[in-house]
Amino acid sequence: MTARLSDWFNKRGWAALIIWLPYIWLVVFFLIPFVIVLGMSFATRTSTAPPFGFGGEDPILNLESYQRLFSDTLYIRAYLTSVGNAVVATVFCLLIGYPMALGLTRVSSTWRTILLMLVILPFWTSFLLRVYAWMGLMGTNSWFNRLLTDIWNALTPEAWEIAHVTMMNTNFAVVLVMVYSYLPFMILPLYANLERLDPALDEAAMDLGSRPLRVFWDVTLPQSIPGIIAGGMLVFIPACGELIIPSLVGDASSPMIGRVISDEFTSSRDWPMASAVAVALLVLLVVPLMVYSYFESRANAVKATKGAP
Amino acid sequence: MNRRPLFLIGMLCFGFAFFYIPILSMILFSFNDSRLATVWGGFSTKWYAELFRNDKVIEAALLSLRIALISATFATILGTMTGIAMARFRRFKGRTLLSGLVTAPLVMPEVITGIASLMLFILMAQWLGWPAQRGFTTITLAHITFSMVFVTTVVHSRMIQADVSIEEAAVDLGSKPWQVLRDITLPVISPAIFSGWLLAFTISIDDVVISNFVTGPGNTTLPILIWSKVKLGVTPDINALATITVVIVGIGVIIAGTLLQRAEKRRLRDERMAYRDNL
Amino acid sequence: MPDAALAPAPAQTPLPFVRIQGVTKNFGTFKAVDDVSFDIQKGEIFSLLGGSGCGKTTLLRMLAGFEEPTAGTVWIDGQDMTSVPAYDRPVHMMFQSYALFPHMTVEKNIGYGLKHEPMTKAQRADRVREMLDLVQLTPFAARKPHQISGGQRQRVALARALARAPKLLLLDEPLAALDKKLREHTQFELMNIQDRTGITFVVVTHDQEEAMTLSSRLAVMDKGRIMQIGTSTEIYEYPKKKFVASFIGSINSFDGTVSQITGPEALIDIPDLGSPMRATAIAGLAPGQPVTLAVRPEKLSIGRDRPEGANVIRGQVEGVAYFGKDSLYRVRLPGGRVLSVSAVNARRAGEHDRVADWDDEVWLAFAPSSAILLTE
Repeated sequence: MTARLSDWFNKRGWAALIIWLPYIWLVVFFLIPFVIVLGMSFATRTSTAPPFGFGGEDPILNLESYQRLFSDTLYIRAYLTSVGNAVVATVFCLLIGYPMALGLTRVSSTWRTILLMLVILPFWTSFLLRVYAWMGLMGTNSWFNRLLTDIWNALTPEAWEIAHVTMMNTNFAVVLVMVYSYLPFMILPLYANLERLDPALDEAAMDLGSRPLRVFWDVTLPQSIPGIIAGGMLVFIPACGELIIPSLVGDASSPMIGRVISDEFTSSRDWPMASAVAVALLVLLVVPLMVYSYFESRANAVKATKGAP
Repeated sequence: MNRRPLFLIGMLCFGFAFFYIPILSMILFSFNDSRLATVWGGFSTKWYAELFRNDKVIEAALLSLRIALISATFATILGTMTGIAMARFRRFKGRTLLSGLVTAPLVMPEVITGIASLMLFILMAQWLGWPAQRGFTTITLAHITFSMVFVTTVVHSRMIQADVSIEEAAVDLGSKPWQVLRDITLPVISPAIFSGWLLAFTISIDDVVISNFVTGPGNTTLPILIWSKVKLGVTPDINALATITVVIVGIGVIIAGTLLQRAEKRRLRDERMAYRDNL
Repeated sequence: MPDAALAPAPAQTPLPFVRIQGVTKNFGTFKAVDDVSFDIQKGEIFSLLGGSGCGKTTLLRMLAGFEEPTAGTVWIDGQDMTSVPAYDRPVHMMFQSYALFPHMTVEKNIGYGLKHEPMTKAQRADRVREMLDLVQLTPFAARKPHQISGGQRQRVALARALARAPKLLLLDEPLAALDKKLREHTQFELMNIQDRTGITFVVVTHDQEEAMTLSSRLAVMDKGRIMQIGTSTEIYEYPKKKFVASFIGSINSFDGTVSQITGPEALIDIPDLGSPMRATAIAGLAPGQPVTLAVRPEKLSIGRDRPEGANVIRGQVEGVAYFGKDSLYRVRLPGGRVLSVSAVNARRAGEHDRVADWDDEVWLAFAPSSAILLTE
């Protein structure tokens, strides 16, 4: 009996164990919650605890929450603010991160190790504290704000003089802190991509008569598109659903979508509405994700054909 | 060739200034004597003393640490299993769903994961009677789920780089599958398992959003505590706390970097040795 | 004489040592191995030779137990091994990548398989020492795989596979990762070790020279099927199929028809050559039958004067490649065909007094017994 049991374990059981244990875990604690969110978005808000019920005109598919999603401008504005902020943050991350990543491939290997460590270091510190650090700089009384105010007043006519620069609680602050927080996510995949490029290609292009800027445009940039897309996704997707940054430094009158979901859920105790907004946010993110996985699978296909013996 | 590196080096300087000026400013103001967190009023370490006298902070930090240690360990076990399964079993029922389940949490906005988990726990409490109270257990469960997929990613990418034939060689020499796992696979991927654990640990100890949703009354983790304080504005004791965090992480990263560099040197030496003894 | 301490247990049955019968392996719709049957005798070095994708590696992996045949049976030493898992087979393998355990020392690598043997610690240590000695790696016992050279790694892999005294040793491209000089040395070393241990070797290789020098017999494979099995000489001098003739070495071949058979010789009409050629007949040949006549480059003689006898061809030298010990001539026939002729540079000669030179009119000839007739 024991022999047969261990035989079964060796042939099938160990595979079953390492597949199914985590599988069941993920189904219970990740998949089922999402089924709940999806189901909840079709429910009706009630004053019971928990605050939802299925009923109303159509007991199964109650589209009330989804109707409100399109009729109340709060939600549409929140989506537009989120996407807008996320796009601007992604573009700035790219504009700052690309030259930094390229610069990292051009410095000596000792410097490279140190600088890479310095890129990763903020990433390991608390996210919350990184947001907090900017709160300290952006406040009206901070040295940074006064420095900016002085520069502005020195450079512009007296009539435009200001007492301080308004940064806290604006969309500008949200974008700035997002760029700050997500910049490593842009630099690291770009660096990984650029580092793999063969420097001989640059030399070949230069040998064929291209000037450095032209070499960058014709050789380096096209080859780094997968890195740009990976980095862009890593910034854009979390930026879209961001909750902490807008709630700490953002403008409360034009909330981002994460804030709306959280408020609907906790303050208004409207679970169905929060779920419907969440489902809509997921739909919004599916499009860039599909673009990303398309590029990913294409890159893998290229790798597979190149790597074939 | 001359102009471009200058521009790139300029951008590097700008980028690192951007990275570190806020952090350095925060560190500096943690030694500020003034109660106003943004106006310099002389040097003092009184905020550190206050921080260590604050029982709430200490308690929250210990809770965070306990959750992070436990959830990282379980996440590493489950995540490693999944990573190995995905890399070594090409075909099994439900593989597509599993690969979806290990990528989705990576890109899922935390707010959604948070409310989804909270609804699950509330409904479970209502229907199953467990977990009766939200707090340590629910946060740990949510953190395990959320961070195990990061471990899976790290372990999986190590597994697909590893030469499958070394596992086959062990089977060929008479080892049964679980012996291969113990003798060969796990030792070979152990660095990846370790970095997976570290990643899971930092994700757990840094998490605000999900914890904030799934926690119950009286169970405040350190990030939740900071979050509720910071919402009200900048305070000097948070500067002190932030400084301590940066110093701990900084020391950790420097140690890791030194160890890596030493390993690299050893590898170079080994290669030279192999070359010298080439017969 | 095999060394008693290293040798596997003696064969138990009169059956051939390894018998592969009707073995087929499908991957989806792709037939990797297609109804293959053959035997391997005890103590042989048997090679499976073929291009990539010919099924040789799949066949080897079925012998090791990593793949289960879709159909057919594998017997090893009289036992049906078809569905015995790899870890229960008395068969060990030397992997192409060597597959050394990177986290273990050379000593631990070699001793790994012995953990599954009923041995005391001391016996195990003795056996490892014996193996280290066999492959001359005793000074490197405490090193890790990345601390030794490629050639040494290959020997560790060999020692590890030999440590449990397998009945059958499988070698997957054993020399492919070594540089040319080391390869020759290692080849003889492998033969020497096989001789001392008496273990049966099955070698997979794509390198025909390696297969021919190393093996007692070899099987040429193509598209999942065995094309021909025989000794190196049989395969090279008496190929039975056009594929084998052209895969092993280079060859000049002509399509023709049998015009008449006289005793041991056949007369073949070949449109490309004008005159009929004489060749040693093979069994089952009948007048009027289409046939391919093939001659290896070194079997053709080349000279400025017309030789006596049969099978004489006239042509013009189009190119000469000088290799030192021999030269390869490309000779164009009046009909337009180009033949390869190889000639040993037996006599020292300068650039201009060689056997033949560019644009020279030359005569080629071959003996009827050197011609290969192929019908499939």
